[in-house]
Amino acid sequence: MTDTTVTSAVPEATGPATTRLIVVAIVILVALAVLPHVVDTYQTQLLIYGLLFAVAALGFNLLLGYTGLLSFGHSAYFGTGAYTVAFIVRDLGVQSMELCILGGLLGTLFVSALFGFVCVRHTRIFFGILTLALSQVLWSLAFKFFWVTGGTDGIRVASARLTLLGGLIDFRGPGAFARFIFAYYYYVLVLFAAATAVMWIIVHSPFGKALQAIRDNETRAGFIGIPVRRYRWIAFVISGLFAGLAGILWVPLNGLTTPDILYWPFSGEIVFMAVLGGFRNFTGPIVGAVVFNYLKAYAVASSEYWQLVLGVVLVILVLVLPSGIVGTIARLTARFRGKAS
Amino acid sequence: MSLLQTIDLKRYFGETRAVDNVNLTIEEGEFVSLVGPNGAGKTSLCNVVSAYLRPDSGKIIFQGEDVTNASVTERVKAGIARSFQLVNLFDDLTAFDNVALAIFSRQGKTRNLAALAHLDGEVNNEADTVLGQFGLAAKRNVTARGLAQGERKLLDVALAYALRPRLLFLDEPTSGVSTRDKGQIMDTIASVVRGEGITAVIIEHDMDVVFKYSDRIVVMHQGAILAQGPPDAIRTNEQVAMILLGSAGPDAFSREH
Repeated sequence: MTDTTVTSAVPEATGPATTRLIVVAIVILVALAVLPHVVDTYQTQLLIYGLLFAVAALGFNLLLGYTGLLSFGHSAYFGTGAYTVAFIVRDLGVQSMELCILGGLLGTLFVSALFGFVCVRHTRIFFGILTLALSQVLWSLAFKFFWVTGGTDGIRVASARLTLLGGLIDFRGPGAFARFIFAYYYYVLVLFAAATAVMWIIVHSPFGKALQAIRDNETRAGFIGIPVRRYRWIAFVISGLFAGLAGILWVPLNGLTTPDILYWPFSGEIVFMAVLGGFRNFTGPIVGAVVFNYLKAYAVASSEYWQLVLGVVLVILVLVLPSGIVGTIARLTARFRGKAS
Repeated sequence: MSLLQTIDLKRYFGETRAVDNVNLTIEEGEFVSLVGPNGAGKTSLCNVVSAYLRPDSGKIIFQGEDVTNASVTERVKAGIARSFQLVNLFDDLTAFDNVALAIFSRQGKTRNLAALAHLDGEVNNEADTVLGQFGLAAKRNVTARGLAQGERKLLDVALAYALRPRLLFLDEPTSGVSTRDKGQIMDTIASVVRGEGITAVIIEHDMDVVFKYSDRIVVMHQGAILAQGPPDAIRTNEQVAMILLGSAGPDAFSREH
């Protein structure tokens, strides 16, 4: 990385071209908004999964890409969000999705603050192992305490019982599922756009810059007066909340929450998404999550050896495209522009 | 009241007495050089005062306050800043962001996660001014990784300076750069530090540099202060010449010029 023209092509190295960025974002959002009118319910459903995984991956990447901490336990926060919603719906009879989101976020806040407090005492492999271990604790609780969590049967959350926008939209009567998917797509799209905007502001804020400083050189960060451990903790909690929001939104779509989403392979999938898209770029995890979701859906549908397919993709990725999809595109664009000028 | 006072400061590494009962006093506005052979304890002393290392015993009094147990960030807030012998930068951030971050931190703005850093005009202007003072204005948008060694050394000092410290430790700001760049770097640093009236303690091996810029020279040997005084007194001190150059005599320091 001695070539300075390449390194300064990384978005965070130069000041963000805000106007162009907003235009591109609006174009993409409009395209996404039109899509359900063009594709069928199944495709719309797949895209919702992609968008909510993107929220989780964005949160994950605040730790990996911006703070330099590899969490191998983000299933914990995704799962906490999901299970909290399931409990609220089942035990409190809540129907409003907004109340579910609120409750789910509070649950995730508590768990990520607690786990984060323990994990940020360490870095590198020790941090990774701690996050993994703590997520496994939650998994075993969900697995063993079946009288509370339903064990491997999980907890059912029927989309037909939920209402959106404080009861304005409900899903009773015929064709409920298709109507739910259609409405829920826009619901998730708006939250995805909001989450992305919030994350974009965070990583470009003075706090976000401080996280990048901690990532690059924690010693020096301390010597310019940045409270390293506290900031890591705050980043951890924000990261957890994003994963939690994704888990909350995932439940009604999936209709069921099971211990699988607390299990470590799911944490691995979140890591995969960020690496696939490129964790050094802001949009990398978003692209990675959507692509991963399609990849997995079609791999599962076309082959019983779908894990093998994903494994091969991961190996190729690390060997050939270490900067991920977005990172590679950014590099090629920079090189192309360099030749053109 | 002295700006900094260390009382019987001690830090051993096993048998090695890196800092051995050091009683050092720094007055407001001084430019002090810390010299001595390799392993004399200069950097260790700097590390202990800047909280990079904990002392085994002794006290550190800064502006009349006992800061012996204060953390790195607390000492930075109190006004002690330092640069590093081995350059310590945020390599993937631009030169501008490196400096801007130090300013954000000083102003307590790194807590802010709801505002865009690049829209803070006040901080941006100051960061550009600091980069200009250190001759790095043209390298504004180059990542720290992409800078030349001499520029990295300057940026390292600029980061510490941007904290507007009361006391600035500079750990060998010219080590690892060519002789040609050395003078230029020292002139830049000295003009900024002198210009702002910052109290500075500089660790330096080049005695020409030391004699040229210092108000006072502190000579360390085997963890203890061997001698201290104005440049002229140190220049004629035979014991110091013996330690630093291995040869005594009135002409010891006036080598080939």
